[in-house]
Amino acid sequence: MPSPDVLVVGAGIVGAACADALSEAGLSVTVLESRFAGGGATAAAMGHIVVMDDSPAQFALTELSRRLWTGLAGQMPAACEDDPTGTLWVAADAEEMARVASRAAFYRERGVEAEELSSEELAQAEPNLRPGLAGALRVPGDRVVYPVNAARWLLGRAVARGAVKREGVEALRIGAQRVETRDGPIDAGAVVNAAGAAAPLLTPGLPIQPRKGHLVITDRYPGFCRHQLVELGYLKSAHAPSAESVAFNLQPRATGQMLLGSSREFVGLDAAINRRIRDRMIRRALEFMPALARLSAIRTWTGFRPSTPDNLPLIGRSEAAEGLFIAAGHEGLGITTSLGTARLVADAILGRKSPIDPAPYSPMRAFAAGAHA
Amino acid sequence: MPESVSLRVDGRATSAPAGITVAAALENAGVNVCRTSVTGEPRGVLCAMGICFECRVTIDGVAHRRACMELVRDGMQVGTGESAVCGPPSAVRSEYEELDCDVVVVGAGPSGVAAACRAAEAGARTVVLDEGLAPGGQIYRRLPGSALPDAARGWLARLERSGAVVRSGASVFDAAREDGGWRISAETAEGSCLVRAGRVVLATGARELFLPFPGWTLPGVMGAGAAQALAKTGAALSGRAAVVAGSGPLLLPVAASLAKLGADVAIVAEQAGLASLARFGAELTRFPGKLLEAARYRSAFFDTPYRTGTWVVEARGSSRLESVVLTDGSRQFEVACSLAAVGYGLVPNTELPRLLGCAMRAGAVAVDARQETSVAGVFSAGEPCGIAGVDVAIAEGQIAGLAAGGHRDETTAEDRALAGARARGRRLAAAMDRAFRPRPELAAVARPDTIVCLCEDATLASLSSCASAREAKLSSRAGMGPCQGRVCGPALAFLFGWDSDTVRPPARPALVGNLVAPE
Repeated sequence: MPSPDVLVVGAGIVGAACADALSEAGLSVTVLESRFAGGGATAAAMGHIVVMDDSPAQFALTELSRRLWTGLAGQMPAACEDDPTGTLWVAADAEEMARVASRAAFYRERGVEAEELSSEELAQAEPNLRPGLAGALRVPGDRVVYPVNAARWLLGRAVARGAVKREGVEALRIGAQRVETRDGPIDAGAVVNAAGAAAPLLTPGLPIQPRKGHLVITDRYPGFCRHQLVELGYLKSAHAPSAESVAFNLQPRATGQMLLGSSREFVGLDAAINRRIRDRMIRRALEFMPALARLSAIRTWTGFRPSTPDNLPLIGRSEAAEGLFIAAGHEGLGITTSLGTARLVADAILGRKSPIDPAPYSPMRAFAAGAHA
Repeated sequence: MPESVSLRVDGRATSAPAGITVAAALENAGVNVCRTSVTGEPRGVLCAMGICFECRVTIDGVAHRRACMELVRDGMQVGTGESAVCGPPSAVRSEYEELDCDVVVVGAGPSGVAAACRAAEAGARTVVLDEGLAPGGQIYRRLPGSALPDAARGWLARLERSGAVVRSGASVFDAAREDGGWRISAETAEGSCLVRAGRVVLATGARELFLPFPGWTLPGVMGAGAAQALAKTGAALSGRAAVVAGSGPLLLPVAASLAKLGADVAIVAEQAGLASLARFGAELTRFPGKLLEAARYRSAFFDTPYRTGTWVVEARGSSRLESVVLTDGSRQFEVACSLAAVGYGLVPNTELPRLLGCAMRAGAVAVDARQETSVAGVFSAGEPCGIAGVDVAIAEGQIAGLAAGGHRDETTAEDRALAGARARGRRLAAAMDRAFRPRPELAAVARPDTIVCLCEDATLASLSSCASAREAKLSSRAGMGPCQGRVCGPALAFLFGWDSDTVRPPARPALVGNLVAPE
């Protein structure tokens, strides 16, 4: 088999998006996946396509990515369950409501549609929320996809252009323009490490730690909730340096099911359900939406977000090996930022100029002391 | 005459005798479509024992209720079709109960009842949690006031006297270790229930094996045991043209009860071949009681042909069953019917043992001589340890109950007798398993467009490119619905050799509010 131009390691949403972008640019691509496409953190993800404003770099990447997702909307097959739900950032009290105004201004200044909802407007938009919440920030351009099938669809597009998908092949090490696998070495012009939480096993020293999360899904209750709902305090949870945190995060699936998150904890790779933190997460949700108590929950699962010390992903050229590019460390935003990441990776490999400044995501950037890079 | 209750089905008034299930009442009212599937197909009762969630209806405004698991009540409003899955959630009772005990028994079929009796009689504080409407399990399921075999009556009376606390209608959705003991969570009609126990006996019984064939989702096609369960819970099947098919000794009592109720059983089709059955018959001569039982059942439908080496390849009908097509491998023939009872034997219910981490052997829970699993303090008895029928269930239940209840004496004569009964029963079960194993041809009956996962309407084609149950689940949704893969999982194991996916809590659907215990 001739060596491909690019070997992508990992067929989660990020690897699949990279394969899609690279094959579209005319490069020959091989994708290695130790299990099956979309079966890792992608399978555990909510699939909320969301613009975030917690840092200028996060905004730039999520906004670019959301534009790319919106551009794909008409092309995705029904199995990807693309649904333009929009996001409601729910403010519990007056203090949070004050932040709604400033966030709305931030989004609008940058061309992202956003509106403030009063307490009454929020109650009208989502009648199952508890009465008396202060209001919300509505971001109508956000959407929801089913991550596993979105990843498989992106990978399928690459394969249709001639890319080679090799599932069940476990990569062991990444060297100079080469990947060692259980089935022998594979040479390539460039290698993209898109192995998510496993990326540091292949490129030692990458500052990525698994951050476990729980999700609960209910039976079908179409119309019970219409927007992706996130408590405004979510970023406090996402960025909490503490060992564990929970936040109210509820998603209406295209199936009519309700998907309930979210929790964060650093516990290595123990995938077992932690009933204590799951229950904290459910109680947090019930504070915002007591009616959830009456829905039938049918499954729970856990997954591992690949987290980094500064909450930004690692995207671009690495000096760890010749021809190595990293596309990993997307924490809880991998589904959203996969498309922007793929764009930056393709630009870096091809020497093109990127639509946003890639420097903040460089794997070679400096991390604060205490980070284990 | 039993008291009669009035209810409304999709707004139309109807009445039903008190004590029958909603599923039976619907059947009797001529309504055999309960829900509309996610792709818009009409669906009716399939398992009739709470496993499959096909008979979901809206009851008094609460969506996703299983018609086979609820009794009719005066003034009840039942919604079928679209409303059965799209109805708004409404208030449910949310009482909460905590119980502390020495031994908790999950399941009140023969093994659970026997275990609870022996544990409680030995002085252990014993709690029984059972999903059924009354103790007895599937085999002793019956309408209130109807007769039971003496042995069953004896055990149920003994349970009442034993002092064991019984919670019926309690669906166990979680089990976990806690402070050197166990914590078992169940959803009840009133709310939820948390039991803390020193030891656990898992007597979770079995369910039917369904193997998909074209048309098997049509209302009117159900399990073999399901047809019997529906009849036992009040469905009047008199005059119905029926076909009984599938495999195993269960087909005989099913055909017998249908015939007794006045159904016109056209044929009983056993997929196992004559040679295989002849070998089993020879084995059976060592169990004369079983031979007599078989003869008695056979005589109940003596004018119906019993065909070996024959199986269903298709069910036909537009919105409900009109006929089935059978084959003997060389010739196909069509039989008109409105009820097809098709079951390929039984599958152990091992979700709770697996949730607790119990080791498995050949699809069943591995246990030692005391019925203790690989997890110390967790016992299992009866069908979860391998399909073996009621006699083994009662013997194993007693052994487990005595062990969990603290029986530490030297081996007694009774212990030896129980162990002997278990060994004899398990030998027969092994012979039965060899004789009635589904033939490989059954894996070729489903077509690419045949639905394999009923909850999510995943077709065979949508998952045949996958390499594992987990991949199929994630890409095609097979196994993602409320039955949690209990129906399609064993079918996929037969069709593709896939292991079931990991069991995680909730091991049964439960209301979000019931997942969390009050603080």
